[in-house]
Amino acid sequence: MTQLENEIKDIKAEVLSMWYLVESQMKKARTAMLHFDRDLAREVVLKERRVNAFELKLDRDCENIFALYCPVAVDLRFLLAVLKINNNLERIGDIAEGIAKYIIESLSDFDHASFMETELIRMFDDSISILADTRLAFEKEDTILARSIFKRDEVLDRINANAISKVTECIKSDMNLINDALYVLSIIRKLERVGDQSKNIAEEIIFYIEAKVLKHNEDIN
Amino acid sequence: MESTIVKSVNYNAYFGDNHVVKDVNIDIPRNNVIAVMGPSGCGKTTFLRGINRMHELIPGATAKGKILLNTEDVMEMHPIFVRLKIGMVFQRPNPFPNLSIYDNVIAGYKLNGIKLPKAEKDKIVEHSLTRVALWKEVKDSLTKKGSFLSGGQQQRLCIARAVAMEPEVLLFDEPTSALDPISTSTVEELFHELKKNYTLIIVTHNMQQAARVSDKTAFFYMGELVEYDDTKQMFTNPKDTRTQNYITGRFS
Repeated sequence: MTQLENEIKDIKAEVLSMWYLVESQMKKARTAMLHFDRDLAREVVLKERRVNAFELKLDRDCENIFALYCPVAVDLRFLLAVLKINNNLERIGDIAEGIAKYIIESLSDFDHASFMETELIRMFDDSISILADTRLAFEKEDTILARSIFKRDEVLDRINANAISKVTECIKSDMNLINDALYVLSIIRKLERVGDQSKNIAEEIIFYIEAKVLKHNEDIN
Repeated sequence: MESTIVKSVNYNAYFGDNHVVKDVNIDIPRNNVIAVMGPSGCGKTTFLRGINRMHELIPGATAKGKILLNTEDVMEMHPIFVRLKIGMVFQRPNPFPNLSIYDNVIAGYKLNGIKLPKAEKDKIVEHSLTRVALWKEVKDSLTKKGSFLSGGQQQRLCIARAVAMEPEVLLFDEPTSALDPISTSTVEELFHELKKNYTLIIVTHNMQQAARVSDKTAFFYMGELVEYDDTKQMFTNPKDTRTQNYITGRFS
């Protein structure tokens, strides 16, 4: 194995560590939301610093490889993809932190039952599952799995699109739910972004493995 | 559309029984820089030397197939005429040590017995040295020996000597491998200028150099032309696994 191959192997391991951390942040944010566990939410906010540290380290490590090894072909594509995946993972970390902050800021525990119609919990589960499958696609260099993410992101988009009317119905039924409704809507918006970020990551995985650029391509499905 | 200036058709080269270049078919477009790369012994230099019929100068060396220069088979042309049209610059700068800078530039004319009036020679010397970005550095010392120049300047003098004959194609065999990074950079910059007037074919072991200076890259392996494509394509997404393994350093 060449030195460059070793460096790339290390980068891949680093990306996966970051990925696990971001997934764990999302899962904790979900649990914190479900049980109004503000301590857990505070942990998510604190751990966001670790996600940021990962981002900076990966940027620096990629920069060093560019400068020292002048990577080409599949190595170059891998590093370009990692730079973007790194950025997307950091944003998902921000999303988990944002959701955790809502939990900390909310004055009272809100009633999930009132918002069942919005499919909030399903959306949370789906976004975590999509993120995990995107990681698997990266780890196993599986472009079929990466392509499957595009379809699954559409489910999140649909839930998001329907959310306004459903939240409005909840408010109409009980005006006291206005505050909670705004939080729910904001969380739904954030989870929809997790789908988008995962889709961007899937595009990068395909770019790295197949050298195909799918960005801004309407026919990727 | 770019016109083809050099085309090889089923070109094969041998050293005795040793088959070193195998059925190479390649189209080289005019005013392009072509990098030829591959591991040692892959036949890239032999192929380069075949283009201006220098290969056959080696005892026991033979060649089959065609090398076309503007559709004319160089095998059918007089070798001296071929080398006037297709100049060559070698790995180590090799100015004639006993000749002045001026005489080095017009050495091709002298060696071919072409007599020119002094004014014409002056014009060729200035023009050639300007083309290789050396004129300003040496215009006041044209009578000095070429060997007094630095390595990078000597290599540019050799390029000027080739350019003076107004060739159509310039062949370079690892032209910067004996130069320091600054001189290498100057010569590489020169390639960008030279391609406006000539077609350049460069054999190089330096992959970054191939990526920096060339429009197209050819990868040779064990005498075969494995892949020939736009340089950007070759260095981002080569089609053949052997090319990918070579450029990423995974070649065994």
